[in-house]
Amino acid sequence: MYIIIIGGGRVGYYLAKALLGEGHEILIVEKNARFCELINEEMGSVCYNGDGCEAAVLADIGTNRADMFVAVTGEDEDNLVACQVAKFKFKVPCTVARVRNPQNETLFRKLGIDVPVSATTIILEAIAKEVPTHPLTHLMTVTDRGLEVVDVKIPPAAPTIGKEIRSLYLPHETKLVLIIPKEDKPVLPTGDTVLHGGDQIIALIPREQEDELRATLTGV
Amino acid sequence: MKAVIMGCGRVGAQLADMLDAEGHEVTVLDIDALSFKRLSSTFGGTALIGNGIDQEALKRAGIERADVFVAVTQGDNRNIMAAQVAKHIFNVPRVICRIYDPLRQEIYEMLGIEALSPTTVFAQLLKDKIGGKG
Repeated sequence: MYIIIIGGGRVGYYLAKALLGEGHEILIVEKNARFCELINEEMGSVCYNGDGCEAAVLADIGTNRADMFVAVTGEDEDNLVACQVAKFKFKVPCTVARVRNPQNETLFRKLGIDVPVSATTIILEAIAKEVPTHPLTHLMTVTDRGLEVVDVKIPPAAPTIGKEIRSLYLPHETKLVLIIPKEDKPVLPTGDTVLHGGDQIIALIPREQEDELRATLTGV
Repeated sequence: MKAVIMGCGRVGAQLADMLDAEGHEVTVLDIDALSFKRLSSTFGGTALIGNGIDQEALKRAGIERADVFVAVTQGDNRNIMAAQVAKHIFNVPRVICRIYDPLRQEIYEMLGIEALSPTTVFAQLLKDKIGGKG
């Protein structure tokens, strides 16, 4: 694949290194001539000196044949504009933008960026997974259907322990997909399945039912 | 009419003064408090420190009640991003932004953003002046 990376800072540098290692054709666009030189000395001619938000630069480097366009400068607005120009003028099928302000994740998606990535959000999710006070964590979003795949842990004192699934008042569009007991083998839940403390439940739910599901299953 | 102006440079400050003098409700937003010195001493609107690409700052500036939003900072991309936030998140009825780069301006005009390029406007103005004399 031909992948263009905007921004030759640390994120762009390591990204390029990894993707080159996977055999992709990579081009970094970096404003700072000195950074460019350093990258080219180390990795061969993979860095173009210029402003990745300028349509003329993007035309020059063959953006119209790029399979993927990744903007990882330190400024959200630059990443947004570079990706929008790539997407709407050069019809790049997949655009990825780094966002510093996590609020911009939703905004960027709305403005046409395929994959906005916020380090803050990723770290927060990692924390939520590790910290037991968060009984519900997100695994995946099915964006166009408004659905979430979530992972709910049954805390030791939950009121649902020892109960059959059919006796629970689950939000009506909830699908419990899989139950992973602490020690036993994973099971596909049926109405007779009895919940135990420490069970991990994978469920598919409409986004707005998250709180209701967590409350029903964990009592928290 | 309520106007929110992002960027209190020469253009932003002058526009803010003009609208204020006409009796409109004006809020001008800039990240640098010193820039507000450019406003005239009679300016009766609100000057607010804040970054216009931050939705919280825009809310503080009263964007939810604004009839018009103008983005005139030095950064094209900042103007473009703020304009899109004003238009698509806060549904401001009239949004105008300055884009120095004529190519970028064309692209965003295509995407429905009302954008002015001082580069194009001024070059045309100069050419007309020169042409008129010849």
